[in-house]
Amino acid sequence: MPVRIGVVVFPGSNCDRDTVHALQLAGAEPVVLWHEQASLESVAAVILPGGFAYGDYLRAGVIARFSPIMRAVAGFAGEGGLVLGICNGFQVLAEAGLVPGALLRNQSLRFAGREVAIAAERVDTAFTHALDARRPLRMPVAHGEGCFYADDATLDGLERDGQVIFRYVDSTGTNAQPGDPANPNGSLRAIAGVINTAGNVGGLMPHPERAAEAILGSDDGMGILRSLVDSASRATADPVGPAVAVR
Amino acid sequence: MTSYRYAVNVTPKPGILDPQGRAVEGSLGHLGISGVSAVRVGRRVELTVDAVDEASARAVVDRLARELLSNPLIEAYDVEAIGGASSAMSGAAREA
Repeated sequence: MPVRIGVVVFPGSNCDRDTVHALQLAGAEPVVLWHEQASLESVAAVILPGGFAYGDYLRAGVIARFSPIMRAVAGFAGEGGLVLGICNGFQVLAEAGLVPGALLRNQSLRFAGREVAIAAERVDTAFTHALDARRPLRMPVAHGEGCFYADDATLDGLERDGQVIFRYVDSTGTNAQPGDPANPNGSLRAIAGVINTAGNVGGLMPHPERAAEAILGSDDGMGILRSLVDSASRATADPVGPAVAVR
Repeated sequence: MTSYRYAVNVTPKPGILDPQGRAVEGSLGHLGISGVSAVRVGRRVELTVDAVDEASARAVVDRLARELLSNPLIEAYDVEAIGGASSAMSGAAREA
């Protein structure tokens, strides 16, 4: 029985169908969750997809943060449920304080819509265990506010505690610091994705669902989605876990 | 109940990179303007709060500014009373 994974749809989400498609390819049963509903319908994991939730008004992600579904997502995350935010979904999680940091306007002031390379800093997390260590993954970015920011003390803490899971890298696999063209938005310390301290909530700016099959030019994103699906399946199999799927 | 009108001014915290401010600053040469520096671009939100007294109204707008209108990681805000208070009971215009 395929594991059920929720895909939240906010007004303005535009990567939800791609995410649903990619989850099917990864062997999961996607469950579309509307932003006004307060129930997660017993899914085993939740993805907040890309887009422009609520028009990105005020700040990207902030209005979505106060929607009924996000109350449920925050509760689910607090009980250890797996949550992944992609692009705008990452911005929503950051605004909600479910992952550290903030996403500032790209330092170039330009919308960045192109393929980048990222490398997994850790391959032992719920979102990365199916990946090869440090092999660059090619996938697109498409955002205007993706510059990862936190103060120096927080950045030091994130690195010390293993909360940085992806960094932008150049063609040689070296971390792409702000100012390097391989860093599409000026993210501090080349950070492309992070997890919370418990490791059950993660976010990244690049789009794994847009690099989920060879016909798209890259299927490097599939390793991230497979990791999530596999982690969700294990959570479901654990009868004392918080994310038991009930059909 | 009385209506109180406020402006909430949200600005990037000192030290936070502000690419919009930098872009504005970079354009000043095109206008033939010199001697302008430290440009910071923020946002101003004006709103009316109905409350029993000024302290209650201020508490509401402070919470709104802290939890929604600004992100405390990257932005600072200040609250400014604008216009006068107007009584909602008397049918006076809300836009004081």
